[in-house]
Amino acid sequence: MSQPVTQPFIQVRDVSKYFGQFCALDAVSLDIELGQKLVICGPSGSGKSTLIRCINQLEHHEAGEIRIDGIVVDGSPTGRAVLHNNVGMVFQQFNLFPHLTILENLMLGPVRARKMAEADARDLAMHYLERVRIPEQFSKYPAQLSGGQQQRVAIARALCMAPKIMLFDEPTSALDPEMIAEVLDVIEELANTGMTMICVTHEMGFARQVADMMLFMDHGKIVEMGPPKTFFTAPESDRCKLFLSQILRH
Amino acid sequence: MRFTMSKFWALVPSSLIRLLGLAGLISLGGCSGNWGWYVVNPATETGRQNLAFLIDGLYYTIGLSVTAICISICLGLLVALPALSNRRAPKAINRVYVELVRAIPILVLILWVYYGLPQVASLSISVFWAGVLALAISDSAFQAEIFRAGIQSIDRGQYEASHSISLNYRDTMRYVILPQAIKRILPALGNQLVYMLKMSSLVSVIGMQELTRRANELVVTEYRPLEIYTVLVLEYLVVILIVSAGVRWLERRLETN
Repeated sequence: MSQPVTQPFIQVRDVSKYFGQFCALDAVSLDIELGQKLVICGPSGSGKSTLIRCINQLEHHEAGEIRIDGIVVDGSPTGRAVLHNNVGMVFQQFNLFPHLTILENLMLGPVRARKMAEADARDLAMHYLERVRIPEQFSKYPAQLSGGQQQRVAIARALCMAPKIMLFDEPTSALDPEMIAEVLDVIEELANTGMTMICVTHEMGFARQVADMMLFMDHGKIVEMGPPKTFFTAPESDRCKLFLSQILRH
Repeated sequence: MRFTMSKFWALVPSSLIRLLGLAGLISLGGCSGNWGWYVVNPATETGRQNLAFLIDGLYYTIGLSVTAICISICLGLLVALPALSNRRAPKAINRVYVELVRAIPILVLILWVYYGLPQVASLSISVFWAGVLALAISDSAFQAEIFRAGIQSIDRGQYEASHSISLNYRDTMRYVILPQAIKRILPALGNQLVYMLKMSSLVSVIGMQELTRRANELVVTEYRPLEIYTVLVLEYLVVILIVSAGVRWLERRLETN
């Protein structure tokens, strides 16, 4: 899927982020090409969520540089524009708008931020609701849906903004076990269409299936990085070996 | 006697029934000739006229309160928004406004706006608009605090989701945050309306022909303060109980949604 490009679509260069004294990201560098599927894992507090939140500017990094499509992402209007035109995000807690119906949740971005006509936005929303297989729920409110359904709506809401890259921040961590599969299926389907994605998750079976690059983080640093085959069978660092042995034990 | 009365109080906890009991007690006194209900007796021509004169003040009381609360809600929201900023200067502006306005007694503010402001700004201001302005400014500080608390109670994830679908600050507030915040603060807004209805009685001092002023004027001509002020108490009671019931109804409706 990925075509030869002169520069990586996303460039992360020596990015550091502190929360008070705590160093959440320690000079992290990373390149992501269009079409790539990157899965990030690591213990909690290792900085994996912070990394994708920095890419989306939900957190502002203190040092280093993030470029999307060659444009520096910071608080500037051009940085915001390139971010808003290219990056979609799905959260652990879904973060649907509880006072709006499913359809209104999906239409809000296209209508208000993209200035799309209501009828077009409605068609677009229904199209993506069908892709996540819950078109019949369009008139309900988020609280009336199961966790798995809510997360699928959240994915559809992000897709309505036609992003080039999707960020997933532990999309199944808040779900009951029997609902994890339906969400992962939708993400996998999306990956198969060629969508570029960075996914923070502990679902290693899913990672094996979907990822073309695995990334292990600890203490704000990238400890290990490689294609899933070598990553799972022959990890180099002891820290990663220990993590994988614990997470894959059961 | 005192013993049985205190037992009676314990049996009827509702404040409304207490008040009726009190009224009954007072009317007993009427037998000894202290009462002169004739001033507001609807069976007589003068009584009817006096009652109509008193009740007509309701139009101003409600007009004044409702206009003032509409303005104070808008003003309060405007004052609350800078408090949510991460920067120091807007926050300081909010703090100064809230602390300053809260420190001024409403009665003083009414006098200042009506007698003082025309001299400063060399404009003439009607009694009605002076009252509205003073009540609205005074209440806006409280409204600002209510809005601030309501907006701050909305989960951070709602802002993050809005950011992730490219909404700007204005649209995030208008379509995501405020609809949820207003739903949460409606009971508090209802309380402010009740408070406003009561505070509007203070505007009587600058000659506003609302409920309290009319009662005062009638007392001067009829010299029956007990009866006339009792009617005044009942007037406020009825209006405020109706408003309170309305607020509770609204709350229940929002809960079921």
